[in-house]
Amino acid sequence: MDREEWKKLLSQDYQKRGRRKAVYHSESKIELADCYDPEELKKTGFDPDRDLGFPGTFPYTRGIYPAMYRADFWIMGQYAGFGNPEATNERFKYLLSKGQTALALALDLPTQLGIESDEEIAEGEVGKAGVAINTLRDMEEIFDGIPLSKPRQIFTTANGIGPIMLALFVALGKKQGLDPNQYSIVLQNDVLKEYVARGAYLFPPSPSLKFCIDAVEFCTRHIPRYKPIVICGSHMRQGGATAVQEIAFTLSNARAYIDEAISRGLPIDDFAPSMECQLSVPMNLFEEVAKYRAFRRMWARMLKERYGAQNPESLKCFIRVYTTGYTMTAVQPLNNIVRVTIEALGAILGGAQSLSCNAMDEVLSIPTQEAAHVALMTQHILAQETGIPDVVDPLGGSYYIESLTNELEKRSLALMEQIQKKGGAQKAIEEGFYQMLSRQSASEYQQEIEKGERIIVGVNQFREEREKVKIDSFKVEEGIREKVIEKLKRARTERNPEEVEKALRRLDREVRLGKNSVPALIDCALAYATISEMSQVLGKIWGFYREEAKWM
Amino acid sequence: MDVNAGKRLTRVLIAKIGLDGHNRGAQVVAHGLRQSGMEVIYTGIRQTPAAVARAAIQEDVDVIGISSMVGAHLAAVQKLMKELQKLKAADIPVIVGGIIPEEDYGALQAMGVSRIFPPGAEVREIVRYVHSLPEKGEGEP
Repeated sequence: MDREEWKKLLSQDYQKRGRRKAVYHSESKIELADCYDPEELKKTGFDPDRDLGFPGTFPYTRGIYPAMYRADFWIMGQYAGFGNPEATNERFKYLLSKGQTALALALDLPTQLGIESDEEIAEGEVGKAGVAINTLRDMEEIFDGIPLSKPRQIFTTANGIGPIMLALFVALGKKQGLDPNQYSIVLQNDVLKEYVARGAYLFPPSPSLKFCIDAVEFCTRHIPRYKPIVICGSHMRQGGATAVQEIAFTLSNARAYIDEAISRGLPIDDFAPSMECQLSVPMNLFEEVAKYRAFRRMWARMLKERYGAQNPESLKCFIRVYTTGYTMTAVQPLNNIVRVTIEALGAILGGAQSLSCNAMDEVLSIPTQEAAHVALMTQHILAQETGIPDVVDPLGGSYYIESLTNELEKRSLALMEQIQKKGGAQKAIEEGFYQMLSRQSASEYQQEIEKGERIIVGVNQFREEREKVKIDSFKVEEGIREKVIEKLKRARTERNPEEVEKALRRLDREVRLGKNSVPALIDCALAYATISEMSQVLGKIWGFYREEAKWM
Repeated sequence: MDVNAGKRLTRVLIAKIGLDGHNRGAQVVAHGLRQSGMEVIYTGIRQTPAAVARAAIQEDVDVIGISSMVGAHLAAVQKLMKELQKLKAADIPVIVGGIIPEEDYGALQAMGVSRIFPPGAEVREIVRYVHSLPEKGEGEP
């Protein structure tokens, strides 16, 4: 049978059995064909030699390692935060004793924003989203009895204060008598996305961008084992961006960071291998799989063609994945286990290097122990029971997946072009371009739900009319803030005020001279200056950024 | 003839108080209210209760909507109400949306919150509710 004959059969079938939708499209509004075949794929200009290659070879569409999960599974990293330093220390020791090899240090919001635990605005937030850290003393306590070299990797979410966290880790390593190249710290340190989603910025975009690159520059020159930046699309996606926007925003931000690093005289192949990316994975399974494949290919091509990178390590994009919050529902929360499973599947079929699964009840509260356990076991079930990891890039060559991959690349490149025309990522963010596009996408998503064009099970169909949503209250353990404040006060009295003063003055002087801030920040950390004191020095020079109220 | 011609549009202030940076819900609601024909001001994140109260008066809004996602709603709303009282503007209705445990509904209502919208609430529900509120000046001597 030829294609034309089949098309006739197809339209007869539609006539006989109807069709569910007039038009079918992906999450990013790519119109979908009835069925993908060699001809559909040809329309996208697919060239297997150019677009695919082998796994572990340029352009890395099929994965960054030749053997992928046949050699080893992805890293199963679960994110968690614990109130005060003692509790975190206990938890870390427990996790290490159970064989966990990487630690994630979650920070509470005041810490992330350079606010001291005893400031009024910190009330109710101390120790909530993670641990409260004011000075090096807290770091010493968190890692008491845990040499930084013991876990394979320590990951932390400092962004606006990224280089300050770097300084605290370097200072802690010194206190523990370790060479900084004996252990590995991963800093998120991606401030640009904070202005689009997440909101943990301190200073205006331009000095903040340079501040982030201080950490990249310092690590590249002195501590190559650290990973000084993880460029994130996941938060912007959660904030409303589509898959195409997630790719284009993330890679445009990467360009801004890379350009700044190059302007400091760093050779691309010296720092690009240490950069990682973090992406989200909502429910539109095949588009998500294609997104990872397109993203890796675009990264590799950008690094090679635009920046002339030669080192294969520069061209391989290490991708961290978090399953998605906005796809989870507060009603019928057990259904979220199924959603997380499908999202995790997308990440694995897409070839992710690290995966964190949300707990089913995260939309309602800080996860319960049981829900967190199910989230981790979801990963083990996918790894051990399904056979999915046994073949490299199992969907490679699928007419559909390859077509979507090419189409996503094409559309993302067009959006990147638009961003460049606005003067690049920083300018586009300053004028609110990313924010406007994400807000539009989020609003469309909501409208589709309200019009019934997008079905969310349990929300606008299959509702349990009598169901009550059981949101847990967010009580931080009694007395945590008091304990943290007491320790902060003690740290303030135990330190040498002249040393603190001297270190802060050095920071002020060096930043005003345009020097890299990290060496002076390490001095400040060693003198037990607080994160807030360091931030205040910087804010006096750069100003603090405030979002303006706006008429919609 | 348009019966609404010359009529003042409903003005809404959508605000985020405290350190919570989750702004998707606030923006989607602000956008939805705008599309339904209201005038909407979005404060942006990390506002203080005092700044929100001042903005509400300055912009002469009919309703204040607070979006809270990380559990800081009780303290935030209490402080906001105090600020509104100080500025003699306690008559501006306050609605709250986001992740609010049901056990806190009573406390919020006792503070004077006129309506709470849980996760999954539809924007058109919020629109209907805002339209159902008495117009400014109505019911006053």
